[in-house]
Amino acid sequence: MSADRTAARPRVFLVDDHALFRAGVKAELGDHVEIVGEADEAGAAVELISERLPDVVLLDVHMPGGGGAAVVEGVRRVGGDGVRFLALSVSDAPEDVIGVIRAGARGYVTKTISGPELVDAVRRVAGGDAVFSPRLAGFVLDAFAELSAPGGGGAAGAALPAPSFDPELDQLTAREREVLRLIARGYSYKELAQELSISVKTVESHVSAVLRKLQLSTRHQLTRWAAERRLD
Amino acid sequence: MLGGVCGALARRIHKDPTVVRVAFVVFALVGFGVTVYVLAWLFVPLEGEPDNIASRAIADPRGIAVAIALLTVVGLALVIVSAFGVSWVSSMSSSLLIAVAGLVLVWRDSSPREQEQVRHVLRPVADLLSVSSPSRRAIAFRLLLAAGLFVGGLVALLAHHQTGVSLRPLAGLLLVMAGVVVLFGPWWLRLARDLVGERQARARAEEREEMAIRLHDSVLQTLALIQRKSGDPVEVVRLARAQERELRAWLFEDKAIGSSDVDDLLFSEAVRRIQQEVEATHGAKVEIVVVGDCELDEALRGMIAAGREATVNAAKWSGAEVISLFAEVDGSGVSMFVRDTGVGFVVDGVPEDRKGLSDSIRGRMARLGGEARIRSAPGAGTEVALALPRGSQPSRSAQSPAGRRG
Repeated sequence: MSADRTAARPRVFLVDDHALFRAGVKAELGDHVEIVGEADEAGAAVELISERLPDVVLLDVHMPGGGGAAVVEGVRRVGGDGVRFLALSVSDAPEDVIGVIRAGARGYVTKTISGPELVDAVRRVAGGDAVFSPRLAGFVLDAFAELSAPGGGGAAGAALPAPSFDPELDQLTAREREVLRLIARGYSYKELAQELSISVKTVESHVSAVLRKLQLSTRHQLTRWAAERRLD
Repeated sequence: MLGGVCGALARRIHKDPTVVRVAFVVFALVGFGVTVYVLAWLFVPLEGEPDNIASRAIADPRGIAVAIALLTVVGLALVIVSAFGVSWVSSMSSSLLIAVAGLVLVWRDSSPREQEQVRHVLRPVADLLSVSSPSRRAIAFRLLLAAGLFVGGLVALLAHHQTGVSLRPLAGLLLVMAGVVVLFGPWWLRLARDLVGERQARARAEEREEMAIRLHDSVLQTLALIQRKSGDPVEVVRLARAQERELRAWLFEDKAIGSSDVDDLLFSEAVRRIQQEVEATHGAKVEIVVVGDCELDEALRGMIAAGREATVNAAKWSGAEVISLFAEVDGSGVSMFVRDTGVGFVVDGVPEDRKGLSDSIRGRMARLGGEARIRSAPGAGTEVALALPRGSQPSRSAQSPAGRRG
C-alpha cells in the first residue's frame, strides 16, 4: 500500500466487545476510512488482523479473553509488524493504558473524542505518528515525574506517584514536558504548535520521541510505577 | 419568658432579647418590673397578629358586659360577707374586684395561641385543685406533706417566743421553704421541661429548614436538569448517578452537599470533586488530568475554590461542550489550567462588578500568594491559568515509596 493511499483512506480494523460501540465508531468514521473487519474478543482479533493486515487497529483496552495489550502482543508474535494500533477507551486505569502503549500501541484516545478528531487520530497513526490524548499525556507526565523523583525513605503503604522534579534524572526533555502539558491542557497539535511557535511536524516528532521513551526505556521502572498506581 | 413579652419587645425596638430580659429583671428588683411586664403583655401584640389584648378588650362589648356582671356578683357577695363582720375580706375587696373583672377581659380577648399558652402553664395548678385529676392520690399526698411541713414550720416559728432559742426560727423557715418546694416543685420542673422541649423543637425546626435548603440546592436542581434533558438517556443516568453519590455522601458519610467541603481530601480528589460538581449542576463535560498529588492545605483549598469558579464560569458562559481541567503538582508549585474552546470574551472588557472573575479568581489567588492569568479572545475560547508556588511546602514525594525503587 502506498503512503498516499494510507493517508487518504486508511484500512481500519475495529476491536471492541460492544457491538453498539463498534457501530457508533463506524458511523463516525464514515467514508474517511475503509473498515476491513471487526472483532469482539482478543483471540478472534489476533487471527483476523494477522490475516487482513489493516493499517490501523482501533483497540478497546478492556475485553474478555485478554485486554488490548494481549491483542497487540499476539499480532506482533505472528509477524504483523506493519499493523499500527490506537487504543480507544472510556476511562481506564493508568496501568492498563500504559500497558497497551508499552505493548506497542501508537496512541490512546478517550471515547469522548469527536468524529473528525478520531479520523484525524487514525490518519496520524496510519502515517506512523503518535496520538496522545490529554489523559495519556497526564499519565506520562505522572509516570516520568515519579521516575525522576529524588530518592528518600517513605512509608511503603502510602504509595502515591511522587511529583517532583530532578533535572539530572529527567527522562523527558523540558520541551517534551512542555508539549505534554499543553496536550493535557486540551490543546490540539495545531494550537500547540502555534503556542510554542513551532511547526506541527516538530510537535509530532516530540510526541513520537515521548512514545519511544515510554515504550523502550526504563522498562522496569515504568512497570513499578504502574504497580504502585494499582495500590491507590 | 412567660408571655414571650421580652422577645416581642426586643423585636419591636430592634434590640437583643437578652438585653431586654436583663432590663426587666433589673426593673423587677427595683420594684415595678412586674407591672411593666404585665402592661407590655397587654399592649404589645402577639407576633403575627395585628392588635394587642387591650385594644381587643375595648372592642369587645360582650366581654365588657360579662366583666360588669361578674363585678356586680362578686361585689354583692363581698357586701354580704362584710355584713357578717369578716373585716379582712372587705379590706382587699376593691383590688380583688378590679382584678377579677380585668382577668375576665384579658382571658376573653387574648388570642387562642395565648390562651393555649396560659392554659398550658397553669394546668398543674388546676390539676392540683381539681378532684378529677388522674394522679389524685399523689397530689393528695403532696398536699398533705406540704401542709404538714407548713404547720411544722409555723409551729416552729411561733414557738420562738416561748423558748428563745435562736436556731428555731431558721428551722421554721426551712420547713416553710420545703413545703413550698413540695407544693410547687413539680410545676417548676414542668416549666423547665417545657423550656427544654421548646428549645429542642426549635433545633429540630432549624435542622429541617437546613435540610430543605440543601435538598433544594442539590436534588431539586438535578431533577430540573433531568427534566430538561429527558431526551438524552445517557445524560439523565449520569445526572442521577452524580446526585445519588452526593446524597449518599451527605447522608451516610456526613459530607456536605455541593459545598466546598474539601477537608481531608487529597488535591487530586478535590479536583475530581470539581469535575463531579460542575458536571452535575451545569451539564457540561469536564475532562480532568491530574499529575502528581499532595495533601490539601489552606492555600490549596483556596486555589481549588478559584479553580472551581473558573470551571463553573466556563460551563456557564463559554458554550463549549467540553472543558479541559489540567492540574499539576510538582516540587516548585501547583498549577491549574481551565480551558474551553467556546465563545471567549474580551478580557479587558469585563466590567468591574463581575465578581467571579475579579474576586473569586484573581483576588483569591493574589491573597494566597499565587497568580491567575486569563487568556481569552472572542471566538477563540478561554484559558484560566492558576499558579501557586510552594517554596516551603513539602510535596507528597516526601512520603513516596522512593525507597523501594532500588
